[in-house]
Amino acid sequence: MAKSFLSWPVVRQFTGADRLGRGAAARSAATEEIEARTETADRVARSVCPYCAVGCGQKVFVKDEQVVQIEGDPDSPVSRGRLCPKGSASKNLVTSSLRQTAVKYRAPYATEWTELDLDTAMDMIADRVVKARNDTWQDLDDQGRKVRRTLGIASLGGATLDNEENYLIKKLFTAMGALQIENQARI
Amino acid sequence: MIQGSNMAEAHPVGFQWVMEAKARGAKVYHVDPRFTRTSALADKHVPIRVGTDIAFLGGIINHVLSNDLDFREYVVAYTNAATIVSEDYVDTEDLDGLFSGFDPESRTYDPQSWQYESENGHGAAQADSAADQEHQRETASGMQNESHGMQVGAHPRRDETLQHPRCVFQILKRHYARYTPEMVARTCGVSEEDFLEVAQAWAENSRRDRTTALVYSVGWTQHSVGVQYIRTGAILQLLLGNMGRPGGGIMALRGHASIQGSTDIPTLFNLLPGYLPMPSAGVHDTLDGWIDAVRLPGAKGFWGNARSYGVNLLKAYWGEQATPENDFCFDYMPRLTGDHGTYRTVMDMIDGKVKGYFLLGQNPAVGSAHGRAQRLGMANLDWVVVRDLFEIESATFWKDSPEVETGEIVPEQCRTEVFLMPAASHVEKEGTFTQTQRMLQWREKALEAPGDCRSELWFFYHLGRMVRERYADSTLDRDRPLLDLAWDYPVHGERDEPDAEAVLREINGYEVETGRPLSSFNEMKDDGSTLGGCWIYTGVFKDGVNQAARRKPGSEQSEVAPEWGWAWPANRRMLYNRASADPEGRPWSENKAYLWWDPEAGEAGQWVGKDVPDFELTKSPDYVPPEGSDGVVGIAGNDPFIMQGDGKGALYVPQGLVDGPMPTHYEPVESPFRNPMYGQQGNPVRKEYDRPDNPMNPTPPQLHGEVYPYVFTTSRLTEHHTAGGMSRYVARLAELQPEMFIEVSPTLAEQRGLENGGWATIITARSAIEARVLVTERLVPLRVDGREVHQVWLPYHWGQGGIVTGDSANDLFGISLDPNVLIQESKVGTCDVIAGRRPTGPALRSLVMDHQHRAGVDLDPGSPIVTTGPASEVSQHRDPVERWGPDDDSSDGKTP
Repeated sequence: MAKSFLSWPVVRQFTGADRLGRGAAARSAATEEIEARTETADRVARSVCPYCAVGCGQKVFVKDEQVVQIEGDPDSPVSRGRLCPKGSASKNLVTSSLRQTAVKYRAPYATEWTELDLDTAMDMIADRVVKARNDTWQDLDDQGRKVRRTLGIASLGGATLDNEENYLIKKLFTAMGALQIENQARI
Repeated sequence: MIQGSNMAEAHPVGFQWVMEAKARGAKVYHVDPRFTRTSALADKHVPIRVGTDIAFLGGIINHVLSNDLDFREYVVAYTNAATIVSEDYVDTEDLDGLFSGFDPESRTYDPQSWQYESENGHGAAQADSAADQEHQRETASGMQNESHGMQVGAHPRRDETLQHPRCVFQILKRHYARYTPEMVARTCGVSEEDFLEVAQAWAENSRRDRTTALVYSVGWTQHSVGVQYIRTGAILQLLLGNMGRPGGGIMALRGHASIQGSTDIPTLFNLLPGYLPMPSAGVHDTLDGWIDAVRLPGAKGFWGNARSYGVNLLKAYWGEQATPENDFCFDYMPRLTGDHGTYRTVMDMIDGKVKGYFLLGQNPAVGSAHGRAQRLGMANLDWVVVRDLFEIESATFWKDSPEVETGEIVPEQCRTEVFLMPAASHVEKEGTFTQTQRMLQWREKALEAPGDCRSELWFFYHLGRMVRERYADSTLDRDRPLLDLAWDYPVHGERDEPDAEAVLREINGYEVETGRPLSSFNEMKDDGSTLGGCWIYTGVFKDGVNQAARRKPGSEQSEVAPEWGWAWPANRRMLYNRASADPEGRPWSENKAYLWWDPEAGEAGQWVGKDVPDFELTKSPDYVPPEGSDGVVGIAGNDPFIMQGDGKGALYVPQGLVDGPMPTHYEPVESPFRNPMYGQQGNPVRKEYDRPDNPMNPTPPQLHGEVYPYVFTTSRLTEHHTAGGMSRYVARLAELQPEMFIEVSPTLAEQRGLENGGWATIITARSAIEARVLVTERLVPLRVDGREVHQVWLPYHWGQGGIVTGDSANDLFGISLDPNVLIQESKVGTCDVIAGRRPTGPALRSLVMDHQHRAGVDLDPGSPIVTTGPASEVSQHRDPVERWGPDDDSSDGKTP
């Protein structure tokens, strides 16, 4: 269609049926070419917002193994599709350029980070857990009561994690004899 | 009623339902120190002095009781109002703010005198001793009561006319008689008119055909009397018949996606899954002793089956090694010997007792009280493993913390090894969150996590595997619990990711022989033939189906939405819903019908309605338990509170709280005011760490409180999340709220020369921080006890990391804790506020110490805690020290 003032949205709004200018009158050729990321996504996962404990439903849209959009799930009886500013920014949370994707290691007395591969880091951590446990093991407390524990290893965190994760964390630490396992619920 | 919460700001999407209710005619009241986004949408906002909510709510209790506004039929049938208390009980009215049984030396109560009178005229035989109470304080036993309920005998003496002078109803009436509108106004800084408006509205809207809902958030929990705050709300809601009924209840809005889940399946020192206690040395030495401590023979209710819950957990932990012959490996459990909470642990880090520390999506350098202590503690460890999405402050304390700036941490001298392990985000793993109404929702995995990012499930499964490998050849007895652990979860994919659904199945529980998932905790056996990791979650895999993954659209089901996710216990969406029917089982009114007894249903009648009954399905309202029975059988047909030892809602708590059977107004640990109600100033049994590195600002009757003349409180902004680890590193959110600020009233701004948009420095005995000034009428000076008090407000989201940086408000707080649950008082403190930026480098500590010196804190970091009775003579021990003159109190706005 040749460009003429007759195709201007405002003219179409006042001359056509869409008097409020919220439908056909506001559409253009450019509009027709736009395709929502939610339409072209390869798949969508039903998820839950990671911020507060209201538990709003999220739909996570993935294309080419990248998150392209996260939006509220209208089916959720909790949230009816709404998200707050944080929930709405959660695509930005998972795609932030500041996200750490490699292990960083700070050696004793070092002034800078160094990189470490994941397997090496896991080995080092496992060694340190074993050593700390062995070095601080208590069979009996100072009153001679059986305690079977270490007070040398502590942990904080869990409120942002999954139930299944908290379950394994508590199970492993308890078997290890580590007691000072805490999370935000104490805070 | 919204109190101690800024719901519109901190839980905005949940707040849509408040607005829905308002659109249908509900009135919304907001009681909060500051006018917030919630206040703006409420019908009425009442500004209150921080830390005085018990006085305010106690005033409403007094209003209800003095004017006979309670829902009497509900109160008599469903609460312990009629129960008669021991004649040895003496109230705070007669002991100047202390209850009977107080020992000033140990600062504990012997609760013997608080007990119900039993049939033989004496206190219940199972009453705790003072030593028990001290142990309960150290181990935060109150937290078990999240689902334990109160462990009292099943059959106390009752006077259903409520006339007996020692019945709970009359005791309650006397206890709160002092909380008059005048006293509320004087203590809370509210007008009598505002107070009465709230009291009348609450009472008038609570009856057969009306209910009132109460919302609170962390504004109530983070106090030295936090548990008693919530108890006051519970008493009021019980008196008004608002519990277990639609439109009523108490809504605790929690602030992390699965903080409820991490309490149910606890990463907490004193609990095991399903609120079973972590065993204590000398208390739970045998399996039977541990079970009986939970079950309490002689008490009513579902804890009667505690042996099944405990055995199923042990069986889930130690699998085939756990047998009846070895008490299901109960001996493998490590034992508590007191306080092993996060704050005690931080002190132990400073003292060099802790070697290694895991931080799992948590940022204590910014998010925990007394940030300086947190960071100094971490700088004295052998190693820290930080698992997070971003390079948070708790990973960089050795490099750029405020203590590096002051010279207290020198990187070249700090030995702590730090592993920053990148974590998978919520879309890169599958699993369940439990939201604030106990509902589990399964998340599908959208895609693989980038690079070395891994889930906690992956990290802990493989860490456990590797640690077990290192001990594989061990013959030491102490390594058996690790080697015998049931730790063989199926893994999949190139990364060997453990199967989260397999873990959820174990949590749910199954028949050992067939693997058939259990449908209800009633199917749990105590002989080892079933196992289950968390009894209250049994049913989430009912019929072998992951019930938490259910997604039937809300628009296609009732407003209760029972087919979206799964709520514990047994998919009940409202707890204690038996109370929504009257004692005979009929709805209290037609428009409040929720659950009722249908004599025609089933074989001989059933509970029917909109929700899963929180009651035995076929137990009729007229069921009377056999004489002397306990456990589930002992619950009468009209006992709705099925986890309580007597089946009744507790207006008065003889067992389970270490700071008294009823809430009493105490001043915050740091307050500019002497307690207007009693000689006892603060919570007398609160947990304190009296050490030079944890100084508290002086509080009356101590001298020199005027050095820190203002009251401060902290809370959240919509655009940030707690310690900022998930928001300051997110561009959109950082842009929306870029800078730390302080809100001050125009009057205070004028007094202190603070300019809108300029800088202010806030000083406490712990630290000093700077913030941009926002002068706003959202804060108003309040008139308390005859003089004006200024309150200031701070968000607490910032640190030195992220896209937007700023000082951390939690650096201002000291550590003193609620004695029931060991949660810190971080909603209220005193401070000084001066104009201008804070000094940098070592000069920052000088500023803090100058103030400490003026206040005498450097001579004595502790506060007198017992301020009434003979022991209180020590309370005036702090001699006035040389200090700056009254005309030189830096009101010129310059840094002294």
